[in-house]
Amino acid sequence: MTNFLYAVEVMINGLMAGVLYALVALGFVLIFKASGIFNYAQGVLALFAALTLVGLQEGQIPFAHLINATLGTELHHFGWHMPALLAILLTVGVMILLAIAIERFILKHLVNQEPIILFMATIGLAYFLEGLGDIMWGADIKTLDVGLPQGGSMWIEEKTAVLGGDGFYGFFIDRLDIVAALVAAVLVISLTVFSQYSKQGRALRAVADDHQAALSVGISLRFIWVLVWSIAGFVALVAGIMWGAKSGVQFSLSLIALKALPVLMLGGFTSIPGAIVGGLIIGVGEKLFEFTIGPMIGGATENWFAYVLALVFLVFRPQGLFGEKIIERV
Amino acid sequence: MKLKLASVALGALLAASPALADLVFPDLSYRTGPYAAGGIPFSDGYQDYFTLMNERDGGIGGVKARVLECETAYNTEKGVECYEATKGEGALIYQPLSTGITYQLIPKVEADGIPLHTMGYGRTSAANGKVFEWVFNYPANYWDGASVAINYLLDANGGDLSGKKITLLYHNSAYGKEPIRTLEDLAQKHGYALTAIPVDHPGQEQKSQWLQIRRERPDYVIMWGWGVMNQVAIQEAANIRFPMENFIGNWWAGAEHDVAPAGAAADGYKALNMNRIGDLPVFDDIRTYVADKGMAAGDGSNIGKVLYTRGMYAAMLAVEAAKTAQEIHGTPDITAAMMRDGMEALVMDAAKMEALGAAGIGPEFGVTCADHGGSGMGIVQQWNASEGRWVALTDYIAPDDAIIAPLVEEDSMAYAAENNIAPRCE
Repeated sequence: MTNFLYAVEVMINGLMAGVLYALVALGFVLIFKASGIFNYAQGVLALFAALTLVGLQEGQIPFAHLINATLGTELHHFGWHMPALLAILLTVGVMILLAIAIERFILKHLVNQEPIILFMATIGLAYFLEGLGDIMWGADIKTLDVGLPQGGSMWIEEKTAVLGGDGFYGFFIDRLDIVAALVAAVLVISLTVFSQYSKQGRALRAVADDHQAALSVGISLRFIWVLVWSIAGFVALVAGIMWGAKSGVQFSLSLIALKALPVLMLGGFTSIPGAIVGGLIIGVGEKLFEFTIGPMIGGATENWFAYVLALVFLVFRPQGLFGEKIIERV
Repeated sequence: MKLKLASVALGALLAASPALADLVFPDLSYRTGPYAAGGIPFSDGYQDYFTLMNERDGGIGGVKARVLECETAYNTEKGVECYEATKGEGALIYQPLSTGITYQLIPKVEADGIPLHTMGYGRTSAANGKVFEWVFNYPANYWDGASVAINYLLDANGGDLSGKKITLLYHNSAYGKEPIRTLEDLAQKHGYALTAIPVDHPGQEQKSQWLQIRRERPDYVIMWGWGVMNQVAIQEAANIRFPMENFIGNWWAGAEHDVAPAGAAADGYKALNMNRIGDLPVFDDIRTYVADKGMAAGDGSNIGKVLYTRGMYAAMLAVEAAKTAQEIHGTPDITAAMMRDGMEALVMDAAKMEALGAAGIGPEFGVTCADHGGSGMGIVQQWNASEGRWVALTDYIAPDDAIIAPLVEEDSMAYAAENNIAPRCE
C-alpha cells in the first residue's frame, strides 16, 4: 500500500514537472505554428527574459561592466528595488522590443527562405542573445524573488498522511509547482482562444501555411512575426520565472530547452494543447520509470527516457499526438 | 669617441646577457556558459595573485609573471584547444579547473613535459608521483574529501556510524562518481548503509531524487555537485524540509552562489573546504596593489569569496613552486621541467603561509617524488544565512589513509600497467 501511495506521489509530481516542461515547449510551438520556424533560441529567450527581470528589479545598470571598463567609472546599481509586478511589465516591454529587433534585423531579410535557413538564423540568435545577456547583466547567479511560494504544502502532507501506514509521510507537492500549473492552464486557454478565434490568430496560421499567400491577401507578415515573437518572449519570461525560482537565474537556464524537445516530438510542433498533454505524458512517464526501473539500472534515467518515450510515440504517430498530418502529393 | 665606444660596449653587453623572459601561467578559465558562476571567481583569484606578485614584488624572483587566459566554457574540447594554443608560449603549469579537461591533458602533459596541477579535482590516483611524474593534486583529492566528510560524521556521532543511512547525491559524470568507491569501502569499515543517487547534467530538475530521499529518510546526505545542480539540490532539500545541518556538500558545492538562491532556507547547510575562509591580510594587498589600481581581473567584488580564495590559493601554490624551482636551479628564468622540480619539492608550512599574508589558508603539507597529493586535509564549514557568510566549524580534518592509500595505489598501478610506465622514486 505504501509503495502504491508513493507511486501516486511520483505520478502527481511527474504531472507537475510536465507542466514546467510544457511551459518551455509552448514557446517553441507558438513560433513554429505561426512561422514554420523551429526556434533554437527559445531556451536562451527564457534566460534573457529572466536576467532582464532580475536586473530591472534589483536596479542593476545594464552593460555596467562594459561602461566601467571603457570609461573607468564605478557604476553598478541605480539604487532602487522595483516591485515585482512593475519589473515583470517592463520585462514584457523589453521582450516586445527584442521581437521588433529580431524581425527588423533577421527575419525581414529571410522572407520565403527555406525553413533550414530560418532555423540556422535562430542558432545565431541564440549565441548572440546569450552573449548580450552576459554583457548586459553579468554571468553571476541571481536570486529571483517575485513572491512565488516555495516548499511542499504542509496542508496536503498532513491531510494525506493518514492514507498510509507508518512509512508513509503524506503526498509531497511543491507549492511552486501548483502555481506553475495554474499559470500554465491560464496561458494555454488564453493562447488557444487567441489562436482559434481572433483575427490575428487566424492570420498567424495563414502565415504559417504560406508566407507569400498570406502576403497576397493583405496580411502584414512583419506585424505577425513581431506579434508572435512577442508572445513567445512573454511565454519565455513565464518559463524563466518558474525555473529561475528553483535554481536562481543563471546561464544553465537556457538548457531547459532540452527538456522541451521530447515534449514537442510527442505533442506535435503545431498544437498548443499538444504541448501541455505532451509535457504531462513526458513528466509522468520519466518520473514513473525512474521510480520503478531506475534503481535497478543505476538511476539517472530521466533525460534519455523522455526521448525514448517520444520516439515510441513517433513510431505510431510521426506528426505527434496533436500535430497536423502533412500529406504532400506528387 | 670614448662615449661612443662605451655605448657600443654597453649595447653588446646587454645583447650578450641572457634576456629574462616572462614566467607564463596559462589560465584555462570559464567565464561563459552554464558553469561560469564558479569559473569566474576562481579565475579572478588566480589572475589577481599573479598581478599582485608583479605590482608588489616586481614579479617572481624578479621575473614578471604573464597570465594567458583562454576561455574553455567548461568544455573539454575547448580546454584541449586552449592547451594546444598556449603551450608553445612557454607555459610553466596548467590548472584547468575541470576533471574532464584534466583526463584529456594527462597524456599530453606527460608527452610535452609540462606540469599539471589539479587541486581537489581531476584524476585522484595522480597523487601517486611514482606513476604520474607530471601531474599533481595537492593539497587534497576527491577520495580525501569523501573520507574527511565521513570522519566529520564519525566525530559528530561519537565515533560510531553503524546503522546510519548515508545518501550520496552525485553529478552523473566522471567527477561525481569519484567518491563512490571510497564511500563504499568506508561503509564496510564503519557499518553505515550507503545509497548513491545520480543527477544527470546539468541538474536543473531533481524532483525524483529528492522524492527518493524523502521516502528513504537518510540520516545524512553528502553531495558531489557542481554548477546548477548545487543550487537546485539545496532548494529541493529545503522544500522537503530535510535538516540542513545533515546535508554536506563537497568543496565544489560550498560557495556563496550555491546557497544564495535558496535564501534563508539554506541556513545551516554544510560543505567541505580545502582552504580557509574569512579575511586574510593578502586580500588587503590585492585591494591596494591590484583592485584599487584598476588591474583586477574582475570588478573586485569577488575578493574574499570561497572560490576566489581557492583560485588565489592555486596561484599562490604555483608561485611558491616557481620560487622553489628558482632556488633549486639557481636561475630566475625557469622552464616547465624546472617548475615540475619546484612542485615536487614544495613545502607549505605555517610560517610560510603567515609570511604570505595567508595564515592557515591551507593545511601544512610537503610534496615528494612519491607523494603528489599533499596532506588531504579539509575543513567543514556551515552557511549562516542571516549573516550571509560561511563559518568554519572545524580545524583541518585528516582523511583515513588506511583506506585511501590502497585505493590510490591500485588505481595508479593499473594506469601504469596500461601505459607501460615504470614506477620511479625507488
